[in-house]
Formats: sequence, C-alpha cells, structure tokens
Amino acid sequence: MNEQKIDQYRRDFFTKATATAATGVIAPGVMLMQVGQAQARPLDQAASNKNRWGLLIDSNKCADGCSDCVKACESENAWGSGSTDEQKSDAGQKAQWIRTVTLKNKLTSKEHQLPMMCQHCEQPPCVDVCPTGASFKRADGIVLVDKHICIGCRYCMMACPYKARSFIHEDLHDQSPDVPRGKGTVESCTLCVHKIDRGDGTTACAEACTHQAILFGDLNDPNSTISIEMKKHATTQIRADLNLNTGVRYRGI
Amino acid sequence: MKPVVHYSAIEGRSLAFWGLLGTFGLFLVLGLGAVWVMEHNGHHVTGMNNQIIWGLPHVFAVFMIIAASGILNVASIASVFGKKMYKPLSRLSALMAIAFLGGGLMVLMLDLGRPDRLVIAATYLNPKSVFAWNILLYPGFFAAVGAYIWFMMERRMNRYTHQIGLFAFVWRLLLTTGTGSIFGFVVARNGYDAAVLAPMFIIMSFGFGLAIYLLSLMATCRWTGRELGDSVVRQLKNLLGVFIAAMFYFVFVFHLTSLYGTENHSFENFILVDGGLFTQLFWIGWVGVGLVLPLAIVYHPSMSKSRAWIGIACAMVIAGGLASMYVIIIGGQAFPMSIFPGFEVSSSFGDGQIASYAPSIWELGLGIGGIALALAMTTFAIKVLPFVPDSLSDELMDPHYTPAKEVEVEAETDAA
Ligand code: SF4
Repeated sequence: MNEQKIDQYRRDFFTKATATAATGVIAPGVMLMQVGQAQARPLDQAASNKNRWGLLIDSNKCADGCSDCVKACESENAWGSGSTDEQKSDAGQKAQWIRTVTLKNKLTSKEHQLPMMCQHCEQPPCVDVCPTGASFKRADGIVLVDKHICIGCRYCMMACPYKARSFIHEDLHDQSPDVPRGKGTVESCTLCVHKIDRGDGTTACAEACTHQAILFGDLNDPNSTISIEMKKHATTQIRADLNLNTGVRYRGI
Repeated sequence: MKPVVHYSAIEGRSLAFWGLLGTFGLFLVLGLGAVWVMEHNGHHVTGMNNQIIWGLPHVFAVFMIIAASGILNVASIASVFGKKMYKPLSRLSALMAIAFLGGGLMVLMLDLGRPDRLVIAATYLNPKSVFAWNILLYPGFFAAVGAYIWFMMERRMNRYTHQIGLFAFVWRLLLTTGTGSIFGFVVARNGYDAAVLAPMFIIMSFGFGLAIYLLSLMATCRWTGRELGDSVVRQLKNLLGVFIAAMFYFVFVFHLTSLYGTENHSFENFILVDGGLFTQLFWIGWVGVGLVLPLAIVYHPSMSKSRAWIGIACAMVIAGGLASMYVIIIGGQAFPMSIFPGFEVSSSFGDGQIASYAPSIWELGLGIGGIALALAMTTFAIKVLPFVPDSLSDELMDPHYTPAKEVEVEAETDAA
C-alpha cells in the first residue's frame, strides 16, 4: 500500500516535472511535430508517464485464418519470416512475438480467433521476477527487455501468464537496426517502441490489420479513440483474476 | 578417561583414490565440454524450447541445491539440537553441503543464456526478485558453512560452534525456502502456485541430503578402512526412515490441496493419471522408488541390518528425488497454462497442448558434471584436511555400548 503511494507520488512528480520542462523549453517544437495522438520523443527526453500506450483488440472483427498482423510484426521487427535467422531452431524454439490463438467454445463449438502478444501489464510479473532488472516497464507502460543486462535465466518466461516471451536459441545475423535481439536473451513484443518513439503513432500490427481489429492509442488520454471506444463497449483483460491491469484489452472474447 | 574422537585427512595415495578422483574429474570435464557445445551453438542443441523453458539442468541444479542444505542437517543435529553422537559427523556434513551447493550452482549458472554476464547478475540486483534473493543467499551459505567448518577445526573457536551452527542452520532454511519460492511465486502456472511447495522442499531437502550423506559416509569409511559402527548407521537410517515418511506425507498433502481447488483438477489428472512419462515418473520414480521401497527397506527386520541394502535405499531416495524434480519442474511446464478458461485453444505456439521435451545429451552432461564437481571437491578436501574421524566405532559412538559406565564423546582433537 505504502509502496503504491510512493509510486504514485513519484509518478505525479515526474509528470509535473516533465510537463513543466516540456512547456518551458521544447514545447513549441514538439507541438508542431504532433502526429495524431503521438509525438516523436527527443532522444534526451525520457518516456513520460503522461502516456499509457495500449491496444484494443476486437476479436469479433478478427477474420478467421487471417494472420496479417503476425506477418507485419515479423517484417517490422525482423523475426520469423522477416529474417533469415533462426534456421537451426526447431518449431518450438523459434521466437514468436505475436500469434493468433483460435478459441473454441466448449459448449457451443463456436470458434473465433484473436491475436496474442505481450499484454504490457501495469504490474508485470516478468519485471518482478527478473533478477537483474533487465525486464522493465517504461514510464509510458511499455514492458521491454534490456538485452544488455539480460542473463538469459528465463525466469520471466516462467512467470508470464500469457506465454508472450521467447528465448533466442542461436546466433542471429539478420536483424533490423531498430530492433536489437541476441542469442541467449529473452524478447517479446515491444509495442513497436521504436515506431512510437519516432512518432508514428501506431504499431505494425495495428497498421496491417485491414479488418480494423487492432486499435493502438493512449489509455491515459480520455480523448483518444481507444479511450472513447473503451468507454463505449465492454472490454476484458485476459486473466483479469491476476490483477495485472494489462495495457492490451479485448472485445468479444 | 573419556574416549576421544580423532580426525585425520585420508591418506589418498592409492591407485583407487586417484582413480576415483580421476573419474569425477573426467565427468566434470565432459560436463564442461557439454556446456561449451551449448553456449557456442546456443540452446537450440538442447531439448529446451519456448514451452519447456527450464529443462534437465534445472532438475539437477534444484535437486543439488536443496540436497546441499539437507546434507548440513547432520551437523545441525549436533550443534543446534545438541545430540552428541552427531558431532563427529559434522565436519563431513558441512563440507559436503558446500560441495553440493557448489555443484548445483555450477549447473544453474552454466545453463544461463549468457553465463558470461554473471557479473551483471551479482551487481544489478532487482530487490523484488526471488531469484535475486537467492543470488544473495548462496554466497551467504558458503560463508556461514565455511566459518562453521573453521570453528569446528580450530580449537580456539570450538566454543562458538553452537552459535555459528545455529546461524548456518537458519541460513539453510532460508535457502531452501528461497529455492522453493522460485517456483511458488510463479502464479501463472497451475503446478506451482502452492504455498505448500516451500515447506515440501524443506522436507525433501532433509531426505535427499541424509541419503547422500549416509551413502557417502559408508563409502568413505569402507574405502579408507575406517571403522563405522552399527550404532551410527542404525541411527542415521532410522532418521532417514522418518524423513521419507515425512516426504510421503507432504506429497500427499500437496496433491490433496491441489485437488481441493477445482481449477487444478485437470493438472492433477495430468500428473496422476494420464500424463504419460510424467505419470510414470510420479508413481514409479517418485512414489515407488523414492518413497515406498526405501521406506520398506529401512524398516524391514533383516534388510535394515544390511549395509548393502541401506546403501541401496539411499540410492533409491536419490533417484526418486531426481524423478520428483523432473515431475515438478518439467511436468509443471509441459501442462498447458490456462489462459482462456472455458475454451479449447490452439495456435502455432503450442497453446492448449501438452508440450513435449526430449532432453539432449548436453543437458544430461551438464547435470552429471555438477554432481561430479561436488564429489570431486569432497574427495579432494578429505585428503587435504581432517574432515573424517579415524573411527566411528560403537565403542566411541554408542553411549550404551558398555552399559556399566556412561561413555560420552566430549573432547575432540585433530590428529597432528
Ligand atoms: S531472462 Fe533476462 S529479462 Fe528474463 S528474468 Fe532473466 S535476466 Fe530478466
């Protein structure tokens, strides 16, 4: 409880501090660069907790058999078919940042599918268990692995309730400069953090989904499309029982 | 005059001694070779994958780490609970505790994806991580038990052995709880989310540790020609019987509490009824070989008097222990996590399916290498320092040996 209060205090402090700094020093330039709900983040400025990036996934709209989001993620982040690497790893060893899961209702046999990836929890179990702090959450809610201090213990994979993480089982050579990966470390969906920081205002999967099943946005901004949609419709968190307050929400499960 | 227990380093000049040390060394080198293959190629040469995240190395490592703290029990019985008979057994107990923790940690560390970053593990500690707590508990254990050995061997420090022994005892309980908690804190998986896991690990550590100790003690005395009286063997094997019974009880409670929650029924069904290899390992390995048979042997009227049978019972507890670790660690991962309760799920990432795992020779090599390291350390240490008593004969050890007068083991000296 106490810790939460301190966290809250810290959050408030940083919000105010960054807000003041932003208006005082760089606000004019930044304002001009605004793209939709997002803006490019200058390299010398830390991610801000004013934002909480997230996704709203509508599984009713997700088309059976479609895997456009998976393919887009592969090529954006250079894994799977988006890279010539991981040839020696078998199917169970290959990385998978996003996957489509088919759900079949046990009673009615009705089937539907949805994309699954890191749920970018507010209380991420992978961050709690990581011995080195390599698994961390950015101020804007994105959960990442720092590949430079990950020792490859895989405790975070054991702890993740969504099986969202993969371990790299061999040397890699064909990588994207925006997306560092490496043998012996763990990785998962980054919510296209490089695109967000660049100011693209969306993720590869959301961009690629022609069925509009994936909506990217700022959960902290009451006027963002994602917040408005979430106010209008009933949404769910996967494994809501664990109280992780996920950044990825679903409709129609 | 009271009889005095003398300790001396073993001679260790025979061909058999060097042959034994050489064999352990060979397995250690083979284990390190396996590590080289794994780290050079990456983990794709192992049977581990993104579903079975922790494989055979963890089975060995966790087994050895909890056994290490159990081995120390023999010393704790003497120093903490004041049982004089166990005092001459303490030095070897402390030594082997350090050796097995060392072997277990070697396996754990060398299975990391980036063992070259060990320094990072020691310098960037995340205070919330149970794993990080363990990283602090291990060196503390080495230090406490190391000091304990020193206090026992150095006459000036003898009078503090009780205090340091108590400290080491508390530390070992923390260590086993910490190891058990690594799994207990994984709330997402049906097989691990149980408060009973940590105490169960403590009881298991008692059993595994004593089995390893008793087997090693009998082998050491036999191979060095030192007398080992029946009274010591009888006491230790009776204690082993108690520990096996306690382990039995905990396995029972563990599965009963699991069965109590409806959400765990399918997991329990998997382990107990239709989990294939896991079910076999549970019933035949863990329960049959690890509990029922050794329990029968140590309480059998005639078998329990035979050292060969007692040795076999110890080996069974060890084998059953490895099987239990396999069931807990691998079985707990093989069973699909329930991400979408109420649905049948399928995907390209193994959702809804029992994960398959075929351990590779490299993982086995690493695990055996860890055991070899522990045994080599022990064998070498008893040659250079006085760990083993010259004699553990009934005359020295059994207070009732000469019923007419009370014989006590009080003073201890080292052979010059
Ligand atoms: S694998 Fe890396 S990120 Fe995951 S818990 Fe271990 S050190 Fe942390």
